[in-house]
Amino acid sequence: MSWTPADPMVSIRDVHKSFGDLEVLKGVSLDVMKGDVICIIGPSGSGKSTLIRCVNALNDIQSGSILVEGLEVNDPKLDKLKLRKRVGMVFQQYNLFPHKTALQNVMMAPVRVLKQDKAAAEESARALIKKVRLEGKENSYPGELSGGQQQRVAIARSLAMKPDVMLFDEVTAALDPETVGEVLQTIKDLAEDGMTCILVTHEMGFAREVADRIYFTDGGVIVEQGPPATFFKEAKDPRTKEFLSQIL
Amino acid sequence: MDAVYDWFRVLYDETGINLPFLYDSYDRNRMFQGFLTTIWLSLVCLFFSVIIGVIGAWLQGSSFKWTRRIVNGYIQIFRNTPPLVQLYFFYFAIGTILPRVENDWGGQSPILGSFAWAAISLSFFAGAFNVEIFRSGIEAVPKSTVEAAEALGFTRVQIYRDITLPLAFRVVLPALNNNLVNLVKTTTLAYAIAVPEMLYEANQIWSDNVNVTEMMIFMLLAYFFLVGILVSGMNRWERAMKIPGYG
Repeated sequence: MSWTPADPMVSIRDVHKSFGDLEVLKGVSLDVMKGDVICIIGPSGSGKSTLIRCVNALNDIQSGSILVEGLEVNDPKLDKLKLRKRVGMVFQQYNLFPHKTALQNVMMAPVRVLKQDKAAAEESARALIKKVRLEGKENSYPGELSGGQQQRVAIARSLAMKPDVMLFDEVTAALDPETVGEVLQTIKDLAEDGMTCILVTHEMGFAREVADRIYFTDGGVIVEQGPPATFFKEAKDPRTKEFLSQIL
Repeated sequence: MDAVYDWFRVLYDETGINLPFLYDSYDRNRMFQGFLTTIWLSLVCLFFSVIIGVIGAWLQGSSFKWTRRIVNGYIQIFRNTPPLVQLYFFYFAIGTILPRVENDWGGQSPILGSFAWAAISLSFFAGAFNVEIFRSGIEAVPKSTVEAAEALGFTRVQIYRDITLPLAFRVVLPALNNNLVNLVKTTTLAYAIAVPEMLYEANQIWSDNVNVTEMMIFMLLAYFFLVGILVSGMNRWERAMKIPGYG
């Protein structure tokens, strides 16, 4: 059974995940098709970040299955490199390499992991930095950049690996309000280019604008889902209603 | 130069302050050879102790229980015993059970000489501390930074070499600096197994000239300046490694 582009790019089936005695995911299932932008929202501790960390095997799962383009993430014999070439991830705290310049941060993985030629990698890194609108900051160290700028370098760094899916784990949560917009704009550009994106976010306005579907998680399960137009207006579950009333 | 040498000879004649390693070419050569031996022994031990530290700290992060236990055992043994006892242990205990080889004169000589044993022993001694120093630095590297590298597909070795180690290095430089300074000073212990380093040669000179006071003052100053050069070099390195906007 081989994967074709008509199949879901990411297929999550009945995933259970515990940290010790604490069960964080209690049977989560969802499908993401190529080009989809989905947003996962929900209260803190509802397992949203854990879920997307499982997609690129930063967390393992106890049971269920996660397929990324047909690749079983839960397989102990999984070639993690193969998975991570397909899945890019951006973190809340940017997690740039502080001892490398913006350009080096973006170039490093293509050169080291994909064994790309240095000159070619530098050329595409410069193009990516331009794409995230950071021209002129190539030689700045992360410590010399604002949070929003660092986060855009982090996005460029992930894109340099030419992933098929991008995971965004609350990428604006640590930012100053005035720099949130520039990061969201960068993600919006990506979504418009057809990148498959899974976002965990608290930016409801943004979710409404870019998401194809919104998933609301609470207590380790998906409580409700739907396209933004109906999700925000016609939430049925009382937990969703309560959450939305608090946050909107 | 000869004028300077003569001046010290006059100094001796006039005042009795005897510095033969300055006016006497034979003693001068002995002192100089001792100085070179000290430098060479220090460099060899600095190099290998840092290598041991880097590899040991890497092995401490191993998922095999026995690998970690062996590294911890090594650290305990070398940290909890005096370096002089270690040196004697290597030279007299290990050295004598190793096979002997035929030397140029047809006799039998040990496979490793005193210099080699001093280098091995002191490298392991300082290396044990370096493992702990590097481990503390590695622990200071945020897990999230390592995770970002994992998510980009870096292997464990690549993460250690490209991310963890360069960042850890900056954290540990002051502690490493301290240990390496101690190491250079500890090379004087090699005197005990007749490695012809600076202190050993000084002893030769004071035995011939009965000028212990002068030689002791000179030794103190010589090490003061030698270690001073090392410290200023390390400080310069620390500054050069500083990352703009970090730490």
